Amino acid sequence: MENRYDIEGMDIAWCPGCGNFSILKILKSALEDLGIKPEELVVVSGIGQAAKIPQYFKTNYFNGLHGRALPPATAIKAVNPGLTVVAESGEGDMYGEGGNHFIHAIRRNPDITNIVHNNMVYGLTKGQASPTSQPGFRTPVQVDGVFEEPFNPIAVAVAMNASFVARAFAGDQEQTKEIIKKAVRHKGYALVDILQPCVTFNKTNTYQWFKEHTYYLGEDHNASDRTEAFKRAVETEKLPLGLIYSNVSRSVFEANLSVYKGSKEPLASRKTDNAKVLGRVLDTYR
Amino acid sequence: MEKQIVKKIKDDISIVIGGEAGQGIQTVEKLLTHLFKDAGFNVYATKEYMSRVRGGSNSTEIRVSSFRRNAFVRKIDILIPLDPDSIGHLGRRIDGDTIIFADKDKMSTDKPIIDVPFAKVAQEYGSPIFLNTVAVGLILGILSADREVIERNISSYFSKKGEDIIKKNVSAMNRGYGIAKDFVGPGKLEIDIKKNSAAKNEILISGSEAVSFGAVAGGCNFISAYPMTPSTGVLTTLSRYASEFGIIAEQSEDEISAVNMACGAWYAGARALVCTAGGGFSLMTEGVSLAAMTETPLVINVGMRPAPATGLPTRTEQGDLELVLYAGHGEFPRIVFAPGTIEEAFAITQKAFNLADKYQVPVFILSDQYLADTYYNVPRIEPEHFRNDYYVVETGKGYKRYSFSVNPDGVSPRGVPGGGGLVCADSDEHDEDGRITEDENVRKRMVDKRLGKLRFLSRGVMPPELTGPKEYSALVIGWGSTCGVIKEAIEKTGKKSVSSLHFKQVYPLHPFTAGYLKKAKKIILVENNATGQFGKILKLYTGVDVKNKILKYDGLPFSVEELSEEIEEFL
Repeated sequence: MENRYDIEGMDIAWCPGCGNFSILKILKSALEDLGIKPEELVVVSGIGQAAKIPQYFKTNYFNGLHGRALPPATAIKAVNPGLTVVAESGEGDMYGEGGNHFIHAIRRNPDITNIVHNNMVYGLTKGQASPTSQPGFRTPVQVDGVFEEPFNPIAVAVAMNASFVARAFAGDQEQTKEIIKKAVRHKGYALVDILQPCVTFNKTNTYQWFKEHTYYLGEDHNASDRTEAFKRAVETEKLPLGLIYSNVSRSVFEANLSVYKGSKEPLASRKTDNAKVLGRVLDTYR
Repeated sequence: MEKQIVKKIKDDISIVIGGEAGQGIQTVEKLLTHLFKDAGFNVYATKEYMSRVRGGSNSTEIRVSSFRRNAFVRKIDILIPLDPDSIGHLGRRIDGDTIIFADKDKMSTDKPIIDVPFAKVAQEYGSPIFLNTVAVGLILGILSADREVIERNISSYFSKKGEDIIKKNVSAMNRGYGIAKDFVGPGKLEIDIKKNSAAKNEILISGSEAVSFGAVAGGCNFISAYPMTPSTGVLTTLSRYASEFGIIAEQSEDEISAVNMACGAWYAGARALVCTAGGGFSLMTEGVSLAAMTETPLVINVGMRPAPATGLPTRTEQGDLELVLYAGHGEFPRIVFAPGTIEEAFAITQKAFNLADKYQVPVFILSDQYLADTYYNVPRIEPEHFRNDYYVVETGKGYKRYSFSVNPDGVSPRGVPGGGGLVCADSDEHDEDGRITEDENVRKRMVDKRLGKLRFLSRGVMPPELTGPKEYSALVIGWGSTCGVIKEAIEKTGKKSVSSLHFKQVYPLHPFTAGYLKKAKKIILVENNATGQFGKILKLYTGVDVKNKILKYDGLPFSVEELSEEIEEFL
């Protein structure tokens, strides 16, 4: 199905069968359903195979540095709250290189959607362990197998009282689309960790493996119950999918900024001439 | 009161207050500088302090002078040590001409002290804190400052603290003033400092405040920074006035976040500033490279302090010029300013925002602890006289962020998201649309386009400022915060054929630079670092190798006396 985000004739740098293709398709379809114009969307990404995603559809983008998608995304939303801002990259980018920003983006709670392609391996640098690689996973660097505890982004996000925490699976188009739509509509920081196979470098966590090691949370899961959410977040035998935690009571970063207390006009479109005010302030230094 | 002082001080007096951190030196400094200014004197102040919150030994120097001064002097005419350690701490600056006023029994020194019962008087008001006000009164009394003006200002300074505190402070001040009167007069301590009738209406802002307000004048509406001495003052000043000026001020989790936020803010249409010191800037360097590649404007204030690593956190140095000049991987143009005065710090920062926007390059304002913490009376700056030019264009369908069709400023017109076109910024090498590419022809053309901006921005380089005769035999060169001390040091040598050349833009260099250098029979380079970094830049771009170097890297700024002695040695 065609949609307004399509670009003809792109040379896409992903491997055939890569989960990124389905995430791209799902994302475009979710945005289409939400009726967001490409001109009013900014996708901020870091570096890596997942981070190339904005290159392949019609959107504004800021394809920045490895690990550094969240700070510019936060700033862009603050400067122009009228834009829909999505920060999207792989798990090495968001949880490894950019781990500090991940923590502090949750604290700030800007109204952005953070989509993380989590395939438990480094793709672009050719197959080293990622922060979420499973123990025992062997690579050309982790020659004896990974022995570190995998990073659990869901548990960290719930522990930090993130305002929206979800996990999805790239193999499930409809469910993942609905999760992304919910995340974009959510007022505040929304994490969508998308489990995704890497067909080239991860022979352990395959489509089949994810099918067998995930399950969807049922109707009975109360996502506003943080304790219950945390219990789900630390499950490792089978990883829960769906909206794990949501806290709508947290205030949004932009709304707390003094520039938006009096006027809702985006900072980006204000023509402020501060000469007179500055003159008055300077007079107080007499 | 024991002995009398017989001394004449003309045109310039240096008053130093020493004490522990937290003892109130800053209150004394703030009160005194404002009161002197309001009483119609030229006043200058700078401080040196240890990297600690309480205790230690800190001092502040206040100069009151007939002529405007903008330099640190080694001499101390009047010293008020608030604690016994101050005398030891300032020992090397104390000589036979230094008059020390102190509680004699509280000091342990063999240096002559004029005994003043500060503590006893303060206690009469119920708290040792009044000691500071008694000291303020004493100093004002020595300079015979207008008592009425002082009383009015003390009242307004303490206005928020209630009637009782105001009354006690006015009274304590008068007590100090009265004590001073015993020493002042013909045949005793005679002080002759001319007033400057303009001073009263002038302003007192520090280097940090000048950078902050210059940023506001330049349209800055976003600052992201991580606190780090000596640039924290910029973050706090802009945060303090965030609502008045419509600024987003965000304390980021680290400097990496700060610089990346600033890039995002510019991308979205704001004018963003980051401020930091060398250590924090080291973390930002990848972000500088990002700004260069994405052609996102960026303004960075690096406040220098002695390094490597943590170095001397609260001291001063000009050691990060080469760091800033070469920071960021890859080849790209940049602009580096180094203001030397309060007025320059304001004007240059204002200009930096317009240049960053115009040429889509990183623009640096290199300052240091000395400049950040120094202030003196300057004419009220008129923000209306500073024009801003905005370069963001409206976008439409088919907009290409990195179009090869450059405008007359040599750049691809920059749009921001939210318009009719798509704005695609990319840290990968990209084509005109901003899409990732490895096409070698496109790569080469993009490099040429980015580097080509150097030629365009070189048209507007700020010329170095020559002070002294146009026909000079010796030329003393400095950059940034040494501006004031070099001028006064040359004046002190009394030599008529010596001029100074102050660089406020250190990269790119002004085309006249080589001409200035070649005209001199002798060139002397003055830098507050150990390796003469600016000298290397001069050699690289003018071919002139300056051999005579006066370098200082003990963490302190040059004093007028030491610099004039060292200049004389070379003459």
